[in-house]
Amino acid sequence: MSLTRQDVEKIAHLARLSITAQEMPVYVTSLSSIVDFVDELSRVQTGHVEPMAHPLEGQHQRLRADVVSETDHHEKYQANAPAVQAGLYLVPRVIE
Amino acid sequence: MLHNLSIGDLADRLATKQISSVELTRHFLGRIERLNPALNALITLTAELALQEAEAADRRRAAGERGPLLGIPLIHKDIFCTDGVRTSCGSRMLDNFTAPYDATVVARLKAAGAVMLGKANMDEFAMGSSNETSYYGPVRNPWDTSKVPGGSSGGSAAAAAARLAPFTTGTDTGGSIRQPAALTGVTGVKPTYGRVSRYGMVAFASSLDQAGVFARTAADAAIVLKAMAGFDPRDSTSIDTPVPDYPADLERPLTGLKIGLLREFFDGLEARNTALIQDALKIYRSLGAQTVEVSLPHLPLSVPTYYVVAPAECSSNLSRFDGVRFGYRCENPTDLLDLYQRSRGEGFGAEVKRRIMTGTYVLSAGYFDAYYLKAQKVRRLITDDFRAAFEQVDLLIGPTTPTPAFAIGAKIDDPVTMYLNDIYTIGANLAGLPGLSLPCGFVDGLPMGLQLIGPHFSESRLLNAAHRFQQATDWHSRSPRGYE
Repeated sequence: MSLTRQDVEKIAHLARLSITAQEMPVYVTSLSSIVDFVDELSRVQTGHVEPMAHPLEGQHQRLRADVVSETDHHEKYQANAPAVQAGLYLVPRVIE
Repeated sequence: MLHNLSIGDLADRLATKQISSVELTRHFLGRIERLNPALNALITLTAELALQEAEAADRRRAAGERGPLLGIPLIHKDIFCTDGVRTSCGSRMLDNFTAPYDATVVARLKAAGAVMLGKANMDEFAMGSSNETSYYGPVRNPWDTSKVPGGSSGGSAAAAAARLAPFTTGTDTGGSIRQPAALTGVTGVKPTYGRVSRYGMVAFASSLDQAGVFARTAADAAIVLKAMAGFDPRDSTSIDTPVPDYPADLERPLTGLKIGLLREFFDGLEARNTALIQDALKIYRSLGAQTVEVSLPHLPLSVPTYYVVAPAECSSNLSRFDGVRFGYRCENPTDLLDLYQRSRGEGFGAEVKRRIMTGTYVLSAGYFDAYYLKAQKVRRLITDDFRAAFEQVDLLIGPTTPTPAFAIGAKIDDPVTMYLNDIYTIGANLAGLPGLSLPCGFVDGLPMGLQLIGPHFSESRLLNAAHRFQQATDWHSRSPRGYE
């Protein structure tokens, strides 16, 4: 089933990706062809099969003791930030 | 020539003081300066840092330290965080990003005394099979610079093939070590999922990604893998099981080894590729192995399964790139939404955006069950097929790629055509199995690879089987013209 331009606009919005008007037809075509390609899976019998999220069996999320183990390096980590002030990341105003 | 020596031989020369790590490092830096421009295999060269690391290795050796990788140069795929050094993932999104820490893989190899020459070019965020999606331009195959080296670890593969370093690191999510290894005539190893830490390795698809190595021989790869592998508490998917002494297991005879030929791999395989694999099988039989045909009926579904699961996971992992805390930020954002949309729209290339959107679609309300959950069920069917096969055989054999290296630009317009390059490699990622590719001959003057896949944590056996093959053949010692 092919995707429409509206479908792709909605997906792009969910993914927070700006797509220009010029780029849009190319994405509609390529995404449609990918979706058509993976639609083959719909023909597979998977009635009683459990979904598999992890490639190895019997794995559980490991837990650790609730104790402080890391130290503060925020200046080093914030060195890559586009805009920082007083240890806070700056973005365009969100709340009027 | 120094660049044609094995890691073992280089370690001997260093140990007997025939050469210092500084001299060895200068030798490879010289090769990079001369030969890399034609290949574009590196994004960042770290010449000064390399010489400092080489001096440190020489000092450690003078103080009495020994180790198989002490003072040996390497190149890291630019997906591994390297403290104080740009880590770009081949993307405009991280062109301005200096990693503030070392990935575990980087730290372990550094602790072993390996010397980093630079960061290798790659398909953007590891998404691609040709190294044509990189923001920094395509990598060229040293065997024929009009051809691709494969991807996504194309720079790492090309650098290993061109002898710009004795070994390089890569990552493999759908074949991104094995496929470029095959197309460039080197040995590439993807370990079992969870064998090597993913801490500090920029995530593409968290249930599929795995770090590995490119080297010219299985013996060299065994040395490196031993240093890279092992439990890491910082990676919640790292498996806590001891690392075997891979180099010690290399020489085991292959008598009684049961090798499975995957029927689904040979259906429709092109004649010359089939002939090379048949020749390889003759060698294995002469070494004492038995070959048995096995069938994995769900294996042909691997590619569509992967292209639901991987994009879904990538759409989640790449949501952290939002122009707020690091990476590319668009100019003059009008509001927060504009900041997100344009930073991401401008920072990411087309293939990455395609995969993020595919992933977003298959995870979206109304489609999650039909696509993502469905794909996870098919994933289990594929994994079960492998498990059943490994009850009959010790390892599986087949081609790594459908064809030799194709021309740069030949496949980049149609995503699905490009995706089918991974047809032989993807199954192992879905099932978390270890796999490797080793050179097995040439078609049209271009290298072809033989793929071995084993059960979980069978890296010793895979390396052993590859090593014995390499003792009986010399495909792996061929050099591309101009790089000898």
